Amino acid sequence: MGRYVARRLLQMIPVFLGTTFLVFMMVYSLPGDPIKAMFGDHAADPATVAHLKHQYHLDMPWWQHYPLYVWQLLHGDLGQTFGGVDVSQVLSQAFPVTIRLALLAFVIEIVVGLGLGLLAGLRRGKVADKLVLVFTLLVISVPVFVIGYICSTVFGITLAWTTPTVQDSNNLGQLLLPAFVLASLSLAYVARLTRTSLVENVRADYMRTAMAKGLPRRRIIVNHLLRNSLIPVVTFLGTDLGALMGGAIVTEGIFNVQGVGNALYRAIRASEGPTVVGIVSVLVIVYLISSLLVDLLYAVLDPRIRYA
Amino acid sequence: MPDVIEKEAAVPGSASAPATAPAKAGKPRSLWSDAWRDLRRNPFFVVSAALILLLVVITLWPSLFTSVGPRDADLQHHYLGAADYGHVFGADWFGYDGQGRSIYARVLYGARASVIVGLCVTAFVTVLGGLLGMLAGYFGGWLDTLVSRLTDIFFGIPLLLGCLVVLNAFTHRTVWTVVLALGALGWTQMARVMRGSVVTVKEADYVTAAKALGAGTTRILLRHILPNAIAPVIVVATIALGGYISTEATLSYLGIGLQDPTVSWGIDISSAQNVIRTAPHVLFFPAGMLSITVLAFIMLGDAVRDALDPKLR
Amino acid sequence: MTTIEKTNPAGNPAAADTAPLLEVRDLHVEFVTREGVAQAVNGVNYSVSAGETLAVLGESGSGKSVTAQTIMGILDMPPGRIAKGEILYRGEDMLKMSTEQRRRIRGQKIAMIFQDALSSLNPVLTVGYQLGEMFRVHQGMSKKDARAKAVELMDRVRIPAAKERVDQYPHQFSGGMRQRIMIAMALALEPDLIIADEPTTALDVTVQAQVMDLLAELQREYHMGLILITHDLGVVADVADKIAVMYAGRIVETAPVHQLYKNPAHPYTKGLLQSIPRLDQKGQELYAIKGLPPNLLRIPSGCAFNPRCEMAQDVCRTDVPALHRVTDADGAELVGRGSACHFWKETLRG
Repeated sequence: MGRYVARRLLQMIPVFLGTTFLVFMMVYSLPGDPIKAMFGDHAADPATVAHLKHQYHLDMPWWQHYPLYVWQLLHGDLGQTFGGVDVSQVLSQAFPVTIRLALLAFVIEIVVGLGLGLLAGLRRGKVADKLVLVFTLLVISVPVFVIGYICSTVFGITLAWTTPTVQDSNNLGQLLLPAFVLASLSLAYVARLTRTSLVENVRADYMRTAMAKGLPRRRIIVNHLLRNSLIPVVTFLGTDLGALMGGAIVTEGIFNVQGVGNALYRAIRASEGPTVVGIVSVLVIVYLISSLLVDLLYAVLDPRIRYA
Repeated sequence: MPDVIEKEAAVPGSASAPATAPAKAGKPRSLWSDAWRDLRRNPFFVVSAALILLLVVITLWPSLFTSVGPRDADLQHHYLGAADYGHVFGADWFGYDGQGRSIYARVLYGARASVIVGLCVTAFVTVLGGLLGMLAGYFGGWLDTLVSRLTDIFFGIPLLLGCLVVLNAFTHRTVWTVVLALGALGWTQMARVMRGSVVTVKEADYVTAAKALGAGTTRILLRHILPNAIAPVIVVATIALGGYISTEATLSYLGIGLQDPTVSWGIDISSAQNVIRTAPHVLFFPAGMLSITVLAFIMLGDAVRDALDPKLR
Repeated sequence: MTTIEKTNPAGNPAAADTAPLLEVRDLHVEFVTREGVAQAVNGVNYSVSAGETLAVLGESGSGKSVTAQTIMGILDMPPGRIAKGEILYRGEDMLKMSTEQRRRIRGQKIAMIFQDALSSLNPVLTVGYQLGEMFRVHQGMSKKDARAKAVELMDRVRIPAAKERVDQYPHQFSGGMRQRIMIAMALALEPDLIIADEPTTALDVTVQAQVMDLLAELQREYHMGLILITHDLGVVADVADKIAVMYAGRIVETAPVHQLYKNPAHPYTKGLLQSIPRLDQKGQELYAIKGLPPNLLRIPSGCAFNPRCEMAQDVCRTDVPALHRVTDADGAELVGRGSACHFWKETLRG
């Protein structure tokens, strides 16, 4: 196992370099001049522009710029925004908010998604199953920004159960609605995956054996059926935690949550290259580590998986 | 998931296959004809196929359904909803937006952008990803390594995020810019699916047999590998099509997708968000159409998957 | 209709005079499918006593496995449906028992061994856990004691290094060893009856014999009843006392094992025997019964075997043959023999 982890960590390096390079190229090599954009309609002083370009290394060709960026990244230096603030400082403000939101969404995803999936899978073909099917289809089909607006309007304004936008990101009560919206798509997937997995496993031969052994129904379901069916679900949940952190652009925008997604969106709109690349690099690291953890978790849950 | 509806299992265990197969021995029964038989009985398939057909007709000839143009503005109708003028039938029962344009007409004409983006991106990623995935899976070696690593790299960047970064660089964006951005960032998913499928299929005995009989590589790939490996790709592509439409709308909603004068549900939803309380119909109809369209493709994908997956049958 | 038990089962003489352990009476099982109702079991009767081995022989689709699953109470319902019949365990109809009563019989009194041990064992639980579960659930044993019992059982079915292997997972064992674990599991609570559904089909030929011998030996040791379900005439010859041949959900012939081999009284049995490859037939074309097994949705009228039967007459296409008592040339009854053929005499003597 130790050797496997070491090998996986080594394999992560090219993927990390590749992904950051991809983002780097997307940000810096596509048309558009961010420095000019900074001045808006004002005529820019050529000397200032040249100075700024030099300060942000924009006068370098990419084969010098990118290695420099990675070098700085390895030293924990994510660069500065055009406003002169360290990107790491922007992140340290935004990340705790996003982590809170993502964890809350994660809990909702597990409780509701798993609950619905179990309900549907164990009552296959019954009314509950069909209701869950319709619900998940709707949630998957209606885009998140529509769900977000409807929820914000209905619960925040019409019913006034909560605030329509988040004023205080330390207030979990206010974060609850955005977390629900953020979790909605994933929880529908979790419910469907759980149900499919249960249906597949219910027909497995080992279930017939468990019945032939005269085990009580409860034990058959918990110790035999769930123990097997939940393996893919747990794996999905693992990968999804990383996605929840990075995928909150729309939700954070609707509910005005001052998290990573919002900061990223603003940076993209303002063509703030260093901020975009910095935030995405950190998100990629989160993603890579969470996928490694999922693989290891998978090995723990399923003894048939062996890592050499 | 529509397997909920039709789940009369066959006779289990040893009794099933030989008991029913000989009855239809005269007619060859392949995975595809079986799947088609299953599909026709699946109400989810019938409903989604009908919806998609209607959508395609609207896309091709929107003027069949309305004589009003999507850009015909009459400020007298500013934010008028059905409730404001008492009658609910006729072309104007969807109401009007802030510029007094008919929402009904805009919803109809807006289908075009969504359907084009959905279909073209899907075609793009299926052809490019499918081809690279098939070659990588079949030949292995450096090509496989390259495609697999590229896939790993692209997976680290969520589709929406990547599109935001790319599209932000273009000040003038059309449907085709969006198609290219989604396609360029989305093909790896299809490559991964195809590669996995081909790797399984190429070990099959009939492929070995074809090789032993001296069939050429092209023939093996097109006649033996492709027909047997394509089922999962079709399923993923159908469901992804709905996803691409949804992503396009999200991009337009965020202001980094399509732009005026293109008529798009995403743009209309975006401009409706500020008046959601006073004129909810301005949000409701484009959002509803968008959701129904995505729903239709996801339902279709579900139905096709259930029909093609003998395990769940 | 004549039932087997009226003709007094032969075979093991010790078993013959005791009341049967298990008796299936006129069992009908159907499956509701999209295409219609499939008649999987159509009036099956058989019985087995302690210490006796009944082999149920038939091709796939003959209803032999469905009957076994119905006895165990593990039939999927729906789509399965018990239309008619009784299953008596020590004289009591199990189909009338409560779910809880039936559960207590399963595993404890009647145990089952399945064909594919790899898929029949839970892949994510250790074999020790799965064996020990029997003791923990049915006898309330502690985890530690149950584990010790599991090791003991693995020793008894001769799995080498049982102490070390008890914490391994099913996929870490070979096919034969896995089937031994299935046998150990069935044996755990020393049941009265074991139903073995094609226990050796998935195994290599050399391993088949070992597993079969082990099963037969343990059966003798514990004086259990054994229902051995198979499609392979070769497997049953050495271990079975009596045979019931099934076709299209019916029993078409019953006989003590050696009489059946020597002198079948049903054309189907005859065909099966002829299709076994024999060394003295080297070079000749192997016999095969023509046609295909019937579609259970549309079982032929009359005798279900008639479209494939070389002896079929008009009566075979109209009348369902009862299970006739079989007599020898002098008219003396052959104990334990029955044939559901209108022309059993001709078959027996022809």
